[in-house]
Amino acid sequence: MARKITYQQAINEALDQEMSRDPSVIVMGEDVAGGAGSPGEDDAWGGVLGVTKGLYAKHPGRVMDTPISESGYIGAAVGAACNGLRPVAELMFIDFMGVCFDQIFNQAAKFRYMFGGKAKTPVVIRAMYGAGFRAAAQHSQCLYNMFTHVPGLKVVVPSNPYDAKGLLIQSIRDNDPVIFLEHKALYTMEGDVPAESYIVPFGEAAVVQEGDDVTIVAIGRMVNYAKEAAANLRKKGIQCEIIDPRTTSPLDTDTILESVERTGRLVVVDESSPRCSMASDISGFIAQEAFGALKAPIQMVTAPHVPVPFAASLEDLYIPSPARIEEAVMKVKEYR
Amino acid sequence: MSAIFTVTMPKWGLSMQEGKVNLWLKEVGDRIEPGEEILEVESEKISGAVEAATTGVLRRQVAQADEVLPVGALLGVIADKDVDDALIDDLIARFQAEFVPPSADDADSGPQTQTVKVGNVEVRYLKLGEDVAGKEPLLLIHGFGGDLNNWLFNHAPLSESRAVYALDLPGHGSTTKVTGIDSLDGLAEVVVGFMDAIGLECAHLAGHSMGGGVSLAVAKRAPNKVKSLSLIASAGLGSEINGAYIDGFVSAASRNALKPVLAQLYSNESLVTRSMIDDMLKFKRLEGVDSALATLAGGLFAGGRQSAQLVAAAAGKPTLVIWGENDRVIPSSHATAIPGATVKVMPGQGHMVQLEAAGEVNKLIGEFIG
Repeated sequence: MARKITYQQAINEALDQEMSRDPSVIVMGEDVAGGAGSPGEDDAWGGVLGVTKGLYAKHPGRVMDTPISESGYIGAAVGAACNGLRPVAELMFIDFMGVCFDQIFNQAAKFRYMFGGKAKTPVVIRAMYGAGFRAAAQHSQCLYNMFTHVPGLKVVVPSNPYDAKGLLIQSIRDNDPVIFLEHKALYTMEGDVPAESYIVPFGEAAVVQEGDDVTIVAIGRMVNYAKEAAANLRKKGIQCEIIDPRTTSPLDTDTILESVERTGRLVVVDESSPRCSMASDISGFIAQEAFGALKAPIQMVTAPHVPVPFAASLEDLYIPSPARIEEAVMKVKEYR
Repeated sequence: MSAIFTVTMPKWGLSMQEGKVNLWLKEVGDRIEPGEEILEVESEKISGAVEAATTGVLRRQVAQADEVLPVGALLGVIADKDVDDALIDDLIARFQAEFVPPSADDADSGPQTQTVKVGNVEVRYLKLGEDVAGKEPLLLIHGFGGDLNNWLFNHAPLSESRAVYALDLPGHGSTTKVTGIDSLDGLAEVVVGFMDAIGLECAHLAGHSMGGGVSLAVAKRAPNKVKSLSLIASAGLGSEINGAYIDGFVSAASRNALKPVLAQLYSNESLVTRSMIDDMLKFKRLEGVDSALATLAGGLFAGGRQSAQLVAAAAGKPTLVIWGENDRVIPSSHATAIPGATVKVMPGQGHMVQLEAAGEVNKLIGEFIG
């Protein structure tokens, strides 16, 4: 039965239900129990923002606090996955992934391929991403594109509570390494989520709303900005179709292609910096596959190619806004 | 002086906030009778016709095609042909000045679905309308793979003069999914338990498709609880059924697989919107639904034949049978199976006749149960 819960609660519920269903699922990371060492739940924070709260007491011995050593515990999680567990490792901020690229890019992502399909690596690495929290350049990046680039990884970027729960359950059950990315600004977003367990399959984009004039492909938090922009544009008589890929790897190119072939106009909204981004990737794909259908040059709405600024006024300018999405849509609509 | 009537944006289902005007089916100046379709409106979930509740002439089309308006917004005005134009303009101006669109919070303050425990099955249901002395309530029972929203265009209109309940059967909607039930009688047992649990001593039953079969099974199991039967494209009245539809529905795991399957339900296939397909996929992806549907299909429709024959269960009950002539799931030739029943086969209609020809079906059921 569906009721309204937050994105954060949806993630917690997915972890809880999968831990109850499958004893091989474990949770590990910095402060995921928070207060481990004491027996009670009182000081068990459940992560810096409380996403894993309650799991430590409910699933004894299966929620492990780790040292502040990403390279160590991500490697341990990958190893545990190769040996029969289904670890969900929380890396706090995606910005810290750099110290364990070998474990992720060169080990986890390659095992299935290099062992001729005989090895599986069912590890999930959860991390927060995204700007807007005055957390400066080292805690604000949108790096899903880097992981999307690496064959062997699956990359998940849910934009709402329903998808967050279903995609996390799919991530845990999946036999490949999954990078599961949570935008900090979405944790408090509420939405209808069934109490039952369910999956959202990988590689199936959501058509958030239908429209015949312009296709907007938006990722993560940007889906909500696209919806805001589309609501304003509708008042001007412009009907936008909004597509949320939900997973950037695998990417549901069919749904995007089908839409652009109908509308002939594409705006891609991506909070990452523009070079080698999902925006440039999707634009390149459409330019190649649907050139004949395009009625206007593709517009990319992205952050500028600079580190995320700390100054509040600059950070606000850095993040793509509904107003910029509207402008881009008007530009492709009025081209000819 | 004759009255002026407003036509407003309908509310189809608890979650509808706004609707889009697709097209006007009547022109300004056209004479209109109650029950006639005036314009077509599209919600997030489904499109349907807005029907006239009154006699008169369509004097104004206030809303234009493609306009998106909140529930309750003014769409048009019906009045006698001799009503002064100035009066109509005056009413429109007043309506627009006073109209306050419902906020998202209002959706929470209207009628809500409830749940009740029947054994180990938690049944979700929705009650609309008030209990009226001397008028037994009506209970609506959906079909295979459906839920209480299958009565979107019927539930509210039928509840104007009595209490009307709609439930989600075991394995469906928001009712408990895993029950192991594989027979109409098994489903009927839960329905009878549901009626007991909410204190329904006796009710008119209206069932669609498998829900018709369940209604018959309830009549067989607990004849005293059934006042009358309204059976729409009902199971249990013959052995034929479209096995490919059942198998396709049970196995479909993606939008592209589900779309052609759902299209078989409707005479107007454009009613199968993306949002309808997405909602159905969300349901099918809930833990336990796959196995619940497969178990039920195996027990009821194995090999493309209906296993349960329940014609005899209607004996002694006033029975109305409604069918779409072009039903592609259960053939309309089954409509005449019950001796003495009132039978209405509707030309051009498909399996979901209660949605596609809601006005006429509501009228038939309303007149039949009185």
